[in-house]
Amino acid sequence: MTVQNPSAVQSSSVSQNGLLWTLVRFREAGISIFILILVVAVTLRAPSFLTIDNFKEIFLNISILAIVALAQTMVIITHGIDLSVSSMIGLVAMMVGFIVKQNPEMPVLFTVVLGMALGTVLGSFNGLIITYGRVPPIIATLGTLSVYRGLVFYYSQGTWINSFELPKNFKLLSKGTPLGLPNMVIIAIVVAVVVYYFLNYTRTGRDIFAVGSNPDAAQFAGIRKQRITFLVYLISGLLSGLAAVLWASRFESAQTNTALGFELQTVAASVVGGVSISGGVGTVPGVLLGALLLGIIQNSLTLIRISPFWQLAAQGLLILIAVISDKWILSRVERTKA
Amino acid sequence: MKAQAVTDLKSTTLISEYPPRRSFLSKFQRWEWMLVGLILLDVFINTRLSPFFLDARNLARTSSDFMEIGLMMLPMVFIIITGNIDLSVASNMGMSASFTGLLHNLGVNIWVAALAGVLLGTLGGFLNGYLVARVKLPALVVTLGTYAFFRGIAYGFLGDQAARGYPKEFTYFGQGKVFGTLVPFSVALFIVMAIVFGLVLHRTTFGRYLYSIGNNENATLYSGVPVARIKFVIYTLSGFMAALAGLILAARFGSTRPDIGTGLELSVITAVVLGGVDINGGKGTMLGAALSLLLIGLMRFGMGLLNIQGQVQGIVIGLLLILSILLPGVAQQISSLRNIRVQGQSILISVGVLAVFIAFLLFFFWSRAPVIAGG
Repeated sequence: MTVQNPSAVQSSSVSQNGLLWTLVRFREAGISIFILILVVAVTLRAPSFLTIDNFKEIFLNISILAIVALAQTMVIITHGIDLSVSSMIGLVAMMVGFIVKQNPEMPVLFTVVLGMALGTVLGSFNGLIITYGRVPPIIATLGTLSVYRGLVFYYSQGTWINSFELPKNFKLLSKGTPLGLPNMVIIAIVVAVVVYYFLNYTRTGRDIFAVGSNPDAAQFAGIRKQRITFLVYLISGLLSGLAAVLWASRFESAQTNTALGFELQTVAASVVGGVSISGGVGTVPGVLLGALLLGIIQNSLTLIRISPFWQLAAQGLLILIAVISDKWILSRVERTKA
Repeated sequence: MKAQAVTDLKSTTLISEYPPRRSFLSKFQRWEWMLVGLILLDVFINTRLSPFFLDARNLARTSSDFMEIGLMMLPMVFIIITGNIDLSVASNMGMSASFTGLLHNLGVNIWVAALAGVLLGTLGGFLNGYLVARVKLPALVVTLGTYAFFRGIAYGFLGDQAARGYPKEFTYFGQGKVFGTLVPFSVALFIVMAIVFGLVLHRTTFGRYLYSIGNNENATLYSGVPVARIKFVIYTLSGFMAALAGLILAARFGSTRPDIGTGLELSVITAVVLGGVDINGGKGTMLGAALSLLLIGLMRFGMGLLNIQGQVQGIVIGLLLILSILLPGVAQQISSLRNIRVQGQSILISVGVLAVFIAFLLFFFWSRAPVIAGG
């Protein structure tokens, strides 16, 4: 932990020298190696793993995770956490689902905008409580996790949206392949590129790191800490809203338990991808690799015929291994530098 | 977590990120009085709304519904006071209950199976403790990993099977009453445990160390306190209590499925935080946590009598959790704003924000209308 101490800080990473930058690079190398080992090992057991079709499937599976994990990453970089993403996805998916069901003629693009708008409202509610209400993020989003999930039940009265109730265009939104790749994968790539640019090349993006690394220094440097914090929760809502529409479209349904427990997967993808839970450290490529690792684990466990009942345990174990080995690498690097 | 503690310290001395609430709370005397007031208010409202609320038999029976949360809450108070967290309790509970169920299905004597379940749960807590205290990984990350790991093992043990047919002596732990009274066994167990945990927290050096770690881990370490060993102990304890709670829940249901107790960790943390324990560590009392458990229990029971669905009850509990921290903070902000001129711009922004939320609510109810109509 001492390595990630905010005093080392991102400002040095802008000039691309300093210990931290090397470490951040090293971290991605670490997780890449882990992925490679896993790929080789699984391919030896099940040759069908390393095929284009299978990887298409993996990418399709991790698109939503990647989108929300990127949002989660921005929140974690400010030394916060957003546990309510799963409930936001559930609520927005349900609302959009019902509206699409009532108005099948609605343009698909409009449903996306609607979902993002609804998500933004939910996210900014989190942001308001956290910044102006001064409630610690973990409490605030734990609260809205159950509030939003309760609203899903209240909204739907326990009913759900079935596949046949959704128009075909809406269902194709995620799976259609007009550009060669499924739309959902393209959307995820676009989001990743935008977030990458935003975090690394815009002033606000750099401010997010500054707030997470050292809130006091950021404030003294004239950064409006409250605004930045509010903004990350707003973005988290916005991307969750987008993910919700994709979710409803991909699984062709909206249920009361849509995305239940998903928040922990997004945190897992971020953390496995090298985002420091104490703030200030994290990269877009790292998180994408983290999501990819989770996706590969899930996929390969099925392929090498591990009983589905043991899959969750294997996932949990691999997450622990990834985090522990990351820590081990870090301490080795620290020692050689010292 | 160490780096976090350092920054937290800095931020409170320079610009307070989360203002110290003690000063405001002291006006209320203590947080506990506030909870007592809320409990009385809740009892008053509920007795008005339902004639079945103040029924001793009802209350006794419903109280056992919250004892698993209560048992897991006790070590969680310790953990959160040191500024850490344990997200894996409910999964650990599922793992140990499933292990007991599996052994029972295989024909092992139920007491041996129960003992094995408790041992496995304790071992799970030990793993958490090792990773947090020795490997020095952040508690949130570790317990997030074991959250999936333990629950996965539970599924691995039982798969789509359920364990049932427990003997009467075993189900007594969940369903039985202390002889001659209405008090369920689990409630009696919780009360005894709560007193023990409370005494340890408030009357022993070990308890003082917990607060000390929560306030400033580095300073505590340099004072010669075995911080790592203490963390080790509380996480192992948490695993033990989770296993115990798992057995009681299994005994109460009379059967075990691998998804037993899913999501309870959030209820546990809610109870602790609503009880006035600071999530950043260093503050809180066992009495507060116990009172907040009572409050949540009574509220849920009251809403249940009014036929409000469990998930919708979550809205109220979630809002209560947020408001319990929001209101003191806002009151303080308002009192500190008194001397500052309110600017036109900020009024405009507030009105705009309010308009957005009202628009959202209108849309919510408008779009919901056909849902209720059965469209």
